[in-house]
Amino acid sequence: MSRSRAPRRPIRWHIAVFLAPALIVYTAIMIIPLFGTLNLSLFTRGEGNTREFVGLANFATLFGDPRWSGAFWNATWNNLWFFIIHMLVQNPIGVALAAILSSPRLRFAAFYRTAIFIPAILSFVIVGFVWRLILSPLWGVAPNMMDAIGLGNWFAPWLGQESSALTTLALISVWQFVGIPMMLIYAALLSIPDEVLEAAEMDGITGASQFWKIKLPLILPTIGIISILTFVGNFNAFDLIYVAQGALAGPNYSTDILGSFLFRTFFGFQLQLGDPHMGATVATVMFFIILAGVSLYLFGIQTRLRRYQF
Amino acid sequence: MTIRKTLSLTTAFALCATGVFAQDVTLTIESWRNDDITIWRTQIIPAFEAAHPGIKLDFQPTAPAQYNSALNSKLDAGTAGDIVTCRAFDASLQLFERGQLSDLTDLPGMANYSDVAKSAWSTDDGSQTFCVPLASVIHGFIYNADIFNELGLEVPTTEEEFFAVLDAIQAEGSYIPMAMGINDQWEAATMGFANIGVNFWRGEEGRAALIAGESRLTDEEWVAPFRQLARWSPYLGRGFESQSYPDSQNLFTLGRAAIYPSGSWEIAGFREQADFEMGAFPPPVPAGTEGCYISDHTDMGIGLNAASPNQEAGRIFLDWLTGAEASTLFANAIPGFFPLSSAEVTLEDPLAEEFLSWRGQCESTIRPFHQIVSRGTPNLSNESWTASANVMRGTWTPEEAGEALQAGLSSWYAPHQ
Repeated sequence: MSRSRAPRRPIRWHIAVFLAPALIVYTAIMIIPLFGTLNLSLFTRGEGNTREFVGLANFATLFGDPRWSGAFWNATWNNLWFFIIHMLVQNPIGVALAAILSSPRLRFAAFYRTAIFIPAILSFVIVGFVWRLILSPLWGVAPNMMDAIGLGNWFAPWLGQESSALTTLALISVWQFVGIPMMLIYAALLSIPDEVLEAAEMDGITGASQFWKIKLPLILPTIGIISILTFVGNFNAFDLIYVAQGALAGPNYSTDILGSFLFRTFFGFQLQLGDPHMGATVATVMFFIILAGVSLYLFGIQTRLRRYQF
Repeated sequence: MTIRKTLSLTTAFALCATGVFAQDVTLTIESWRNDDITIWRTQIIPAFEAAHPGIKLDFQPTAPAQYNSALNSKLDAGTAGDIVTCRAFDASLQLFERGQLSDLTDLPGMANYSDVAKSAWSTDDGSQTFCVPLASVIHGFIYNADIFNELGLEVPTTEEEFFAVLDAIQAEGSYIPMAMGINDQWEAATMGFANIGVNFWRGEEGRAALIAGESRLTDEEWVAPFRQLARWSPYLGRGFESQSYPDSQNLFTLGRAAIYPSGSWEIAGFREQADFEMGAFPPPVPAGTEGCYISDHTDMGIGLNAASPNQEAGRIFLDWLTGAEASTLFANAIPGFFPLSSAEVTLEDPLAEEFLSWRGQCESTIRPFHQIVSRGTPNLSNESWTASANVMRGTWTPEEAGEALQAGLSSWYAPHQ
């Protein structure tokens, strides 16, 4: 009897009970459909409405058939370009706006903040429609305004040209969402304690160099989060393309991104009947692309970011 | 006591009522034509019920975008209405093959329809028909008669005259010669390619040859329409590349454009919007061709749910729809959607009458890629949208467009392999 048993800890049921609602809801509406999609991509429609298991044949078609793979890679590259524009334009502008807004000498800061953020809460339908009108060669204000400042010859029907349509749409999307990185970085900038900035000033670091040397390193983790949100958002994008260019993502599929490609494949379009199995295959590949991107960020970048505790 | 008495009286009355009305059959009609609900309730249903006591009709439309999926699930669940409005071609053919639509081949009124009219709701070999063809739309060009008078222009009948008219309007400079954009792409294919192409591939003859694999999309009759489309571009006004379908409609109804390549379905809308005289002409005939053709595209049919208990009443109703009375009612209620029946029809709208009169002068055909050849992936009809728009934008040559379409078709369609 030398070893006395430690009193057994009671099972902590309340943890399971409190986790259950979220777990059940998340499983029911996210995890099960996700696996349902993965499962669907392994089948095809057989004779007379039956389902036939085909293994990875759908993936072989998607990557092996020249038409499918052509359309798929076209959508993927377009999507990548869409993302690059956001990273090169939206996020730097967002950071710059936030830096300007956080300057204590700026007047009407609250007004600018609100005005710049408002497009982010508008519906895609409104944004797509408004920009199509603005850029319309017939009724748009863009050609007239450019005429007024002598740049009339530079106007082109940007949304209707293969070379410029995707970039134009990406910039429209940037216009809509630039408020989100701005707000997040603005909040991060405000959370930098005054002591740090005062200490910097004591050391003679002021103005622009204060931003580059003190503030930017402190907001890098936020910029990382914004990048990954942008990545996920862009590779799931669909609405703006659908509203502005329709499901065929014209001209000549030059604005086709993975979301619109998935839509056409899964639901069909006009005379083309939908193919849920190929659609699920595309969705699965999209899922893995996003998963790969997020993993790369989480394991490759986020773990190396230095965080500062105040 | 009183309450109980009233209740039992009511019940008795209700039972009686059911008994009385049991002889009456109510046919429920499934449709996607929300817009037509007033026309059905105020004109078509009363006309039918007056002539057929004992059969009642109930029109129950669904939103157009959800119609196909809603109808399919209702048919699978056995809750669909007795009468079903049929989409053209494969969507309905699929229902028939699954045994969800009744065979109507022996309906007496079917004699009133041509094979072209029935093609959208017949099996591929044409031996069985499962929906009554209800309405078609005719392609052509609508023009602003005021502008034509002002500039002293004649309505063109040949391709040469057509381009001469366009040149004249362009040279005068006050108006855009033709209102059409390619942003939505379908105008280029539907109002462009399918509209003018019929004269090149000689209507049904060329369409049948393509289905049989006897002609290829790289042949002259399929490339020539692209060549003509490419010639249209300079007349479409600045920035037509990003001009959308509603933009073009507005350009025309505001009187800023002289000609609008289109179809009869625009008539009702244009009547409301435009305050000038309008006329219409069929696709101009290219030099050296005999006869003329029009795209008289079947759009809406109506069939009988195979699971409906009221087959007899349903057939009576469908047979009535094939007659002159119903056709005239429809045609005048929705100008621009023409009855396909050969029964005599009188139209009140002169523009609609003009469109309809072409049936007497030219051979009818349907859009070339709707039957059979758009069954696979890539979808020929959808591909033709992109191809037509590319040709008009100048990024593809007509020959490249033909080759691209042919390559797509050959990749899955056996007669072309």
